[in-house]
Amino acid sequence: MIVLKCHVGIGEKVEGEALVAQDNFSARYDLDRKKGVFSRPDHELFGQSYDGKILVHNTAKGGVASAWMLNEMKTQGITPKAILFNTANTILAQGAALAGLAMCDRFEDGDVVELIRTGDHLIVEPETGTVTITNRVE
Amino acid sequence: MRLTDEEQAMLAGELGEVKRWALDHQVQVGRMFDAEDLVPVSQAHIMGDPEAVGVAGAAFLERLANQGARTVVPTITDPRGVDLNYYSPIGQTEEMAELERRIIAALTGMGVMMTNTCINYQTIMPPVAGEHVAFGDTGVVIYSNSACGARSNFEGGPSALAAGLTGRTPRYGLHLEKNRQATRRFVVSEQPKDLTDWGTLGAVAGKLSGSYWEVPVIEGLDVTPTSDQMKHLGAAMASFGSTPLFHLVGITPEAPTLSSVGGDRLEPESLSPEMMDSMRSRFGGKGDKVDVVVFAAPQLSLVEVKQVAELCDGKNLSVPLYVCTAPQVYPDAERMGFVEKIEAAGGKVLVGTCFYNGFAREIGEANGWKRLLSNSAKIVNILGGYGYEPALANMEQCVASAIRGEIV
Repeated sequence: MIVLKCHVGIGEKVEGEALVAQDNFSARYDLDRKKGVFSRPDHELFGQSYDGKILVHNTAKGGVASAWMLNEMKTQGITPKAILFNTANTILAQGAALAGLAMCDRFEDGDVVELIRTGDHLIVEPETGTVTITNRVE
Repeated sequence: MRLTDEEQAMLAGELGEVKRWALDHQVQVGRMFDAEDLVPVSQAHIMGDPEAVGVAGAAFLERLANQGARTVVPTITDPRGVDLNYYSPIGQTEEMAELERRIIAALTGMGVMMTNTCINYQTIMPPVAGEHVAFGDTGVVIYSNSACGARSNFEGGPSALAAGLTGRTPRYGLHLEKNRQATRRFVVSEQPKDLTDWGTLGAVAGKLSGSYWEVPVIEGLDVTPTSDQMKHLGAAMASFGSTPLFHLVGITPEAPTLSSVGGDRLEPESLSPEMMDSMRSRFGGKGDKVDVVVFAAPQLSLVEVKQVAELCDGKNLSVPLYVCTAPQVYPDAERMGFVEKIEAAGGKVLVGTCFYNGFAREIGEANGWKRLLSNSAKIVNILGGYGYEPALANMEQCVASAIRGEIV
């Protein structure tokens, strides 16, 4: 079990499987939100499903639309369970607050994209700013 | 966070459910970004097109309106997704229009002014230096911060609405002087000439900066951009980099000198000709077939509409060409005969929309549009994720290509 400390985030405690990319994230630019897959051809996760995953990305990019889109994705039920960033931007944080989606950033132990691997089982606790990797030994 | 008595009352629900929601939203966001308090804002600008807002968002807005939500500072809107006077011809459905009508009714009920523009800094009321505002639309925010010297974070629709309802926003990010100092120092290697060159410069600087928390300062410019050029520079930078503020040495108000934004302490990085060319070559090339030509992102000023009109005058376009402009610009463009010139050639001027935010994927599929040509670096960046193969060319080349049906 590995415990990572991060900044206090937004949303409730969630548990799930990590999907990690070095790339940056925008709900408007990168996703086919009906199919629940990354649709931007030059995104590292192109073609992969994000539904039910805990996304781990470097940072957020692009427009303000994502602030609404997370809420719509959550209501439709085709949504990541949480999003973790090295650094979030304001829009994604606002979107998480509206949607009630878990989001954390600024990890004390370094680059979250290196610290977490795709397939890791995670417990995300935004209130205390901790993310626990439960399937790996330190 | 430190809250005033009034803010605490809002948060406790003593001033109604609407203000409770708004302040709670602001506290959640403020806490994540270590805001110490809230700052009063003079204006809010809401991005709320139906594609982004969705059915869930429309229901949310209707609930707030029914609970008696009323804005307390002037609150205006970003472009709509559906031009309600012209939607079926471009393949938008009744369902999309109905969602648009619901959102408009809800926002209007709250006292929001439906300005439907992403160039409010050209058409409504540009903010002044030091003015705290809560603006949505990344292009609006970066222009207001950089060219005007105003103070705004990127406020997504829900947050801008919360600011309109409380008259405040959490004081973090670009509301704080310390976050407005430069963190990257770029030196240009070529002098931008047309709008697309300025957009390309913004795209390269934005891509290199690559985060909301970086502030580029750009030096080496011998030319002062016009408002339209600054608009394309900023819109592209924000689109490629999530960048909310830049400084141009000797041009923008916070950077009379390099050292006034701390740029003298940073290593200079060249925006080399190779970087500029490689950005251009990502988007199509001569001889490629064109399905549709779009001028949008940001909406065109009166000056830009005139330029497009002159290029279209007396010509015969062989592929669809769309011009998106603000409702404040359109009446002038019509009165002066610009709309007539564009539409007589076979183009169409859309009012109060911005193309990419109007169900671009669905209308692309409905019309069989894949190869889209535009002079906006921002729109070619966005539409790659929407099933298009976008190409970038300047305004003259775009119109010439619309006449020929392939990139000239």
